[in-house]
Amino acid sequence: MKARTSILLGSLSAALVALALTSPRVVAADKVDPVADARAFQNFFFQKFPDVKHEDFVNGPYSMNEDMKRQWQEKEEFPPYEFALDAGKEMFATPFKNGKTYADCFPNGGVGIRQNYPYFDEKEGKVVTLELALNRCREANGEAPYSYVKDEMASLTAYMAFTSRGKPMDIKIPDDPRALAAFENGKRYFYTRRGQMNFSCASCHVQSPGERIRAEILAPALGILNAMPIYRSEWSGMGTTTRRFVTCNSQTRAVPLEPQADEYRDVEYFLSYVANGLPISGPGARP
Amino acid sequence: MASSIRVRATANGDITEVQALIQHPMDTGFVKDAKGELIPAHYIQQLKFECNGKDVFVADWGTAVSKDPYVKFSFKGAKKGDDLKVSWTDNKGGSDTITAKIS
Amino acid sequence: MKRSLARAMVLALLLAFSFALDVAPARAANEADYKTAYSAAEAASKEAASLRHQWTVTVSVLAAAKKAADGGDFDRAVAAAREAEALAKASIFQATTEKEAWKAMEIR
Repeated sequence: MKARTSILLGSLSAALVALALTSPRVVAADKVDPVADARAFQNFFFQKFPDVKHEDFVNGPYSMNEDMKRQWQEKEEFPPYEFALDAGKEMFATPFKNGKTYADCFPNGGVGIRQNYPYFDEKEGKVVTLELALNRCREANGEAPYSYVKDEMASLTAYMAFTSRGKPMDIKIPDDPRALAAFENGKRYFYTRRGQMNFSCASCHVQSPGERIRAEILAPALGILNAMPIYRSEWSGMGTTTRRFVTCNSQTRAVPLEPQADEYRDVEYFLSYVANGLPISGPGARP
Repeated sequence: MASSIRVRATANGDITEVQALIQHPMDTGFVKDAKGELIPAHYIQQLKFECNGKDVFVADWGTAVSKDPYVKFSFKGAKKGDDLKVSWTDNKGGSDTITAKIS
Repeated sequence: MKRSLARAMVLALLLAFSFALDVAPARAANEADYKTAYSAAEAASKEAASLRHQWTVTVSVLAAAKKAADGGDFDRAVAAAREAEALAKASIFQATTEKEAWKAMEIR
């Protein structure tokens, strides 16, 4: 026991030293520049995968694997999200108890606007996501909020995404230090390691897209939210952006944050902004 | 109430290709709900496609088939305009049927 | 990039298990030992949670410690509490180092 312990502690300190020594260059804190960040982000993926058409990145793992892509294209003739989509359309049109509808809460009656979410609300000083906006609409009209993770929320966002299909992601960052801080916060969350497995979002989706984690092919981070919400075969059902953030956290053995936590809203803001110009492909189907 | 069956059948010469998506929970009976109680098994037992008075595809299913099953197959001997009847029955006595035209 | 990832993972795993294999008690643990170990573990766990960097394993091992103690198995309870403390401390280390280390992964 003693020998083993000392060997372990020895390797532990060796690892610690090694980690400290290999600590790479830390760039001095400079001005937040989302435009430059987005350009660098997109170029990274365009150069890493020169054979993938730019708009194809929004198809996640299917852009990384020909065989999977073929199977997915076949399934898109009869997609598994169809039921949620139809349910969402019906829900959206159904008035609340007070007679008002979702259309009253959103610009253009909620049709063809998904690509503008999330947005920075300058009055509130925070990022507002589509899911948050939908529940706020419900509460403002005397209805109970939906779970952020699946079912009704997934159906509603599926319908709204569908009305924006093909439109390029169009996230705005106003010239407001709070908005820039939110973008930077989201970027930091994306690259920060968490959980006992010590993974950051980037560990899988920047370092290893197209490669496998267990039996899954990893999607590139570029355009990864454009297909939301998704029907995941693994879930045997629909899931929202919130669901994916929460499950990603627990899969790395990190305790998830609460739905629509500041960090989640900010990382959604960051990931959506760097995908500006790439088409909305939601609702999506994934393995 | 909308049908649980979506079906599309396309004739290409003598071969007709059929795709169907069926809305059904396909509960295995092994899953527990939020209260910790078992959700009873509820699954399609038989799925049948009939055309011109003949069974062209019959499936005997059990709990191994996933929720909202998707089926794709081809058969010979039908042409554009023929009726394709799709029906299923489940272990709880539920059923549904729909007839679509081969296009 | 890949090597630092592997290294970081080794670090995390080593930290997780090093403390568990540490002290081999000369006598069986008693309730007082458990209470000391548990409160230390709980304090570390709370700090990790306040940093919003809690690990699922910390929570489950801490719960296992309490469960073992409730069942009277103080040896296992103390071992689990110590492991939970190690896990919590590792997660705190992760939270503090990642404040700067994240920049290494950033696409520029």
